[in-house]
Amino acid sequence: MGASRLKQMWSGIARDKFLYVLALPGLLYFLIFKYVPMWGIVISFQNYSPYQGVLGSPWVGFEHFQRFFANPDFYTLFRNTMAINVLSLVFFFPLPILLSLMLNEVRTMVYKKIIQSIVYLPHFLSWVIIVGITFLLFSTGDGAINQLLVALGFAKFDFLTNKNFFWGMLTAQSIWKDAGWGTIIFLASMASIDPQLYEAGKMDGAGRFRQMWHITLPGIRPVIIILLILRIGHIMDVGFEQVFLMMNGAVSEVADVFDTYVYRLGVKQGQFSYSTAVGLFKSVVGLLLVIGANKLAKKFGEDGVY
Amino acid sequence: MSEQVHASAITTKSDRVFNIVNAVLLAILGIITFFPLYYVFVVSFSDPSSYISSEFKLLPVKWSLASYKYLMSTDAFIRSIGNSAFLAIIGTALSLFVTSCLSYAISRKRLQGRKIMMLMILLTTLFNPGIIPPYLLVRDLHLINSTWSLILPVLTSGWYVLLMKGFFDSIPASLEESARIDGCNDISVWYRIILPLSLPSLAAFGLFYAVAYWNTFFTALLYINDFTKQPLQVLLQNMLIDASTAAGGGAAAEMMSEQRIPPETLKMAAVVIATVPILLVYPFLQKHFAKGAMVGSVKE
Repeated sequence: MGASRLKQMWSGIARDKFLYVLALPGLLYFLIFKYVPMWGIVISFQNYSPYQGVLGSPWVGFEHFQRFFANPDFYTLFRNTMAINVLSLVFFFPLPILLSLMLNEVRTMVYKKIIQSIVYLPHFLSWVIIVGITFLLFSTGDGAINQLLVALGFAKFDFLTNKNFFWGMLTAQSIWKDAGWGTIIFLASMASIDPQLYEAGKMDGAGRFRQMWHITLPGIRPVIIILLILRIGHIMDVGFEQVFLMMNGAVSEVADVFDTYVYRLGVKQGQFSYSTAVGLFKSVVGLLLVIGANKLAKKFGEDGVY
Repeated sequence: MSEQVHASAITTKSDRVFNIVNAVLLAILGIITFFPLYYVFVVSFSDPSSYISSEFKLLPVKWSLASYKYLMSTDAFIRSIGNSAFLAIIGTALSLFVTSCLSYAISRKRLQGRKIMMLMILLTTLFNPGIIPPYLLVRDLHLINSTWSLILPVLTSGWYVLLMKGFFDSIPASLEESARIDGCNDISVWYRIILPLSLPSLAAFGLFYAVAYWNTFFTALLYINDFTKQPLQVLLQNMLIDASTAAGGGAAAEMMSEQRIPPETLKMAAVVIATVPILLVYPFLQKHFAKGAMVGSVKE
């Protein structure tokens, strides 16, 4: 029995050898570039030194984690991460919904296409370009916005080096880059709403606002709920490139987040074990949040992502 | 009867007002989105000698290509464009090859071990080992300062593989079976049936890969110190953002030091050049937005 099953397995593998050859490069990628680094995480429990390697470095248990939690940096990173993400939840998240409601009401298809083409475009620009343009527009020296303020008789404003404004600038940038792009998923969901509902609504004398409120919004509610839950699942994540590029000496206290901290201490200063521990903390919390978010999404009767 | 006509007339009138207000609001949003790009364009084409940085202009005082000519005459700029173009062409080709082969293999239900492979891929989308372990791996592989460090670590992704597998799932198995009856083996089924059918989908993934490679910044920050190997985005960062510390920015410092063109017009010309390839593929990207949004909404 056992032998025949083994034989069957071998004949299956022999039959599909071409498929295994196809899968091989991709599987090797995942093994080398995803699973080897997972093994590399053990250095967060060591005092890793490149000369001694992972096998030869001394073990120190949770020392790096204790050091991190006792460090005031921990509070700063956590506060900044939460502030940036809460602002994004409150100000960014509703905008694609609003914008897609507006786009959905446009009856002239050419006009709709033009507006869509414009608002989707910034999504494809790199953060380097977006931050570069931000500097051109907002710098205190000769930024266009400040020139305009001066021309209108106002004082110049230090948008880029003001601690109170940093989080707001990040939110505004994210809105410019991705609010348009975010409408795609809502528009797709709106397209699947039964047109008969609108006919019936019109018969009952519902105007456009009423139709939006009573038909379109309820129609996309499941999508809104699932995206909101997933967004909360990623509340520990802040885009590295955006923060790294926008950061400067004047705002570093409100700008530093987990990834920029790990980059600076790990890659720049060579504190490999400590920075890996910080990264591991972030990844574990992120993992728990994503799993929790998926469970929650399933409770709401949605499929979840996993 | 007359009342009904009256009611519908009012609806059309309020409808019209609604449409106009909606269109105007959208136009304002469109202008707000478009203005920064337009302003970059204007500054980049301004004549260097008549451009005064402290004046707000909606059109160049005098049109000029000087900034572009200067940029294109510097080795550093041309070199970094070459580096990024290499990534966008070779990287995309390799990524597409690896992603599509693996996705196709695991989409065939008869393949033994596919459950384990899928689980292995899925886990990588859930848990991210952070920045340092991959950095140390790339270093141990002696890939620091190699162009391959910008391709191999991001060759494919769990999301893309699973998404593309979903696409291959939708190709009916009966097609493959009938080809087999006609005497095709696995290789010819793949080559004659699957590949032609999946070309449009591959094109979509290819475009998204190409944009990502063209915009490569973070991996270059981690893995490339040699400024002759820097991709365009890093050179741009040195020019646009890090100008104060450009002494360490090597190539950018070399470029910006000995010229009489105001840095602003030069910077904006660089932004325009870096954006043009994206604008060129944009119409093709638009056809595949829905797919891209699916990737984007679940990724990261």
